[in-house]
Amino acid sequence: MNPQSTLPPTPAALPPKTGDPSAPTGSGPKGPRSEVRFFASLGHVALAVWAVIVIVPILWTFLAAFKNTSEIFSSPWTLPAELRWENFGRAWTKAHVGRYFLNSVIVVSCSTFLTMLLGSMAAYVLARYKFWGNRAVYFLFVSGLAFPVFLALVPLFFVVKNLGLLDTHTGVVLVYTAYSLPFTVFFLAAFFKTLPSSVAEAGMIDGCGHSRLFFQVMMPMAKPGLISVAIFNIIGQWAQYQLPLVLLSNAKDKWVLTQGIADISVNAGYEADWSGLFAALTIAILPMIIVYAVFQRQIQAGLTSGAVK
Amino acid sequence: MRHGKYPFVIGFLFAPVALYVTFVIWPYAQAFQISMTNWRGLSAPQWVGFDNYRRLLDDGAFWKAVQHHGVLLLALPLITIAIALFFAFLLNVGGKSSGGQRQGVWGAKFYRVVFFFPQVLAVAIIAVLFQMVYRPNESGLINGVLMKFGIEPVLFLIKPNLALWSIIAVLVWQAVGFYVVLFSAGMASIPGEIYEAAEMDGATKVTLFFRVTLPLLWDTLQVAWVYLGIAAFDAFAIVAVLSVDGGGPDGATTVLAMEIYRNAFVYSKYGYASAMGVALFFLTLTFAALTLRLTKRESVEY
Repeated sequence: MNPQSTLPPTPAALPPKTGDPSAPTGSGPKGPRSEVRFFASLGHVALAVWAVIVIVPILWTFLAAFKNTSEIFSSPWTLPAELRWENFGRAWTKAHVGRYFLNSVIVVSCSTFLTMLLGSMAAYVLARYKFWGNRAVYFLFVSGLAFPVFLALVPLFFVVKNLGLLDTHTGVVLVYTAYSLPFTVFFLAAFFKTLPSSVAEAGMIDGCGHSRLFFQVMMPMAKPGLISVAIFNIIGQWAQYQLPLVLLSNAKDKWVLTQGIADISVNAGYEADWSGLFAALTIAILPMIIVYAVFQRQIQAGLTSGAVK
Repeated sequence: MRHGKYPFVIGFLFAPVALYVTFVIWPYAQAFQISMTNWRGLSAPQWVGFDNYRRLLDDGAFWKAVQHHGVLLLALPLITIAIALFFAFLLNVGGKSSGGQRQGVWGAKFYRVVFFFPQVLAVAIIAVLFQMVYRPNESGLINGVLMKFGIEPVLFLIKPNLALWSIIAVLVWQAVGFYVVLFSAGMASIPGEIYEAAEMDGATKVTLFFRVTLPLLWDTLQVAWVYLGIAAFDAFAIVAVLSVDGGGPDGATTVLAMEIYRNAFVYSKYGYASAMGVALFFLTLTFAALTLRLTKRESVEY
């Protein structure tokens, strides 16, 4: 296939032949229709197979969470003989999944809030005010999109350590926020630019101060953009593994969910508590399914918003 | 704007900029500097010039990691984009058309929702999940079935030449849904008249795909390629959690991020780890520049 050779025709000037000699000439009703049917059924099989590939590992985990270890080994594909809820209790308390979960909720809600507040403040000023150094600050933020986090990993560890924030949630929240700013500022600055300036001017004439204008007029107007970026940040920060691994390594009681579950999976081998691990995985996955089921449309829009730019 | 602009601007910018410079810009700048030292954390760092970089050239683990990035860089985007394009086309254009209105196949909405779901999960969680799926005995999802039928279990993560592909498969598993949605958005913005006109001229679905959809989707494909390429340069969480002892067996799945982490936080070779970080940075930059350069073509206005 060579896409270069065939620039697609504009609707007005479509050439009479589309170039494919095997295509039936004219629009014989029989040819295309059977082709559609064949194509659709083949496609259905492929789609169904992929859906199974996506669903089965997750469903299998949920089922295994109710089994005991001997069942997991002897009959991995059957339904559990009985619903062993105690697996979940063990995962929640003994394996500390409950604490990890709570830690993740605390860290991500704080860091997302801070990211949105600081990010929208910076983006707003950069998008709507002319001042000396505006472009420089904007590019400072946006350049962060090009750097891999690993480049900064070693110095970052020592910056956090020297500030006395190692093994604290405060440190993780600040770092998450700082690394979320480039995309947040980039996206929101573009968004604030599109808002009409007439409303802002009207507000100014009515004696509205700069910051009141921002919080009471511009923020509500920017709500769709803010929601997209917030979802993007929540999911990104919830999934973080590398940063907490480095920044919280010595404080097991502060660990977030990803690092806790990964740790349980290492230890499950030694303790032979496979059902506990499956239960822990279930606890990690199930809330995401519920959240996704409710906010499915917003999440898809939020996560792909960065790419559509 | 009237008076009081500067206090306001400075007031709004101060906190974000201070935070960003402290935790992002300053560490980045320091990374280049530390990479020129033999710092190991205890004594003051000594300047060693390009010694760390010279040592990188003879480091087997480093080259293995670079090689794996090469494989990831080709395989991950190619496989993911191919599968996602196929599904996106089916879901948006695959069904019958009525009155010029393009329709996807039956159940398109359901498939889109299901396919996208893995994107919401953390990679570390998915890695643990697939550790279970790939387990080499009867407790594994795949091998449990194989062994029921008397087939030898497949040692997905233990066989050196299979381990990297097992990991790539998981990355594809997670990524496909995202790109299905991304390509669907791109396809939805292609005007229906183009398809209608092409179909009136007797174009088959296959022709439609290669001659209409693909060229008009070029910009989106480019974005997808860059995104997946950047993902191919990361891959830390999946390798650290899923592979046998972090990048194993015997370095068969290691990636640069893994080596950086190991050198810095296991061996305390901070200078050397930073040199690897700088190498990774330039590799990423080269990739991004090359992709944008090579895939540049006239975009089609419609």
